[in-house]
Amino acid sequence: MKKVLVACGAGIATSTVVNGAIEEMAKENNLKVNLVQIKITEVGSHVDTADLLVTTAMTKKEYPFPVINARAFLTGIGIEDTKKQILEELKK
Amino acid sequence: MSDLFFDESIILLDLEGNTKEEVLTKMGNNLVEKDLVKSSFINAIIAREGEFATGLPTAGVSVAIPHTDVEHVNRKTISVAVLKDPVDFGIMGDDEATTPVKLVFMLAMDKAHDQLALLQRLMQIFQDEDTLNYLANEKSGTAIKNLLASKLEFSLEGGE
Repeated sequence: MKKVLVACGAGIATSTVVNGAIEEMAKENNLKVNLVQIKITEVGSHVDTADLLVTTAMTKKEYPFPVINARAFLTGIGIEDTKKQILEELKK
Repeated sequence: MSDLFFDESIILLDLEGNTKEEVLTKMGNNLVEKDLVKSSFINAIIAREGEFATGLPTAGVSVAIPHTDVEHVNRKTISVAVLKDPVDFGIMGDDEATTPVKLVFMLAMDKAHDQLALLQRLMQIFQDEDTLNYLANEKSGTAIKNLLASKLEFSLEGGE
């Protein structure tokens, strides 16, 4: 099962929305995903175990897994592309 | 979990400010006066906005959703400001880019990882250009309150 980190600045608002959207996507596609909702500052402690980071916050660091910007889940602009990107990673 | 507080007194029309800090301070002060948040909320939300910007270049009218940690909140609420003139906010997830924000939705949440349905409905408003344009131009606080209450599906009688 893929471990997906969902992160925003506060771990309160936007990651909650993104978390819900990925949960729904996974269900629709019959994929089991281990979603972990965190603050962006907490990514470091998951660096060895995560497969993907989906975040609304800015990341300057390089991680050993792909990082997908999740702003589209909030604005609706470009949401299909973002969903496709995430789905591709989940299916890998 | 407390009920969400929402009435006309936290909807601010024609709010004037030259900077995002000024806007956040005015909105925050209003919430402090109503005892909805602690006085520490204002500095916390300004600091958070500087570190993790919340401006969203939504269709038609840009919005911002400033928020901060739950310990600064007494009672959960969403305060809305329609700015007299747009104010630049950093774009969420972007290093340098800004967007001219006309509508500010200040989220005061009292519990982390909560309120999924409410937040999802809020994001639906952000994806609806007609509603954003309406909110940006409406001059009646009552009309804005009623529209948001219906779009966000919370009852004004204090229940959820």
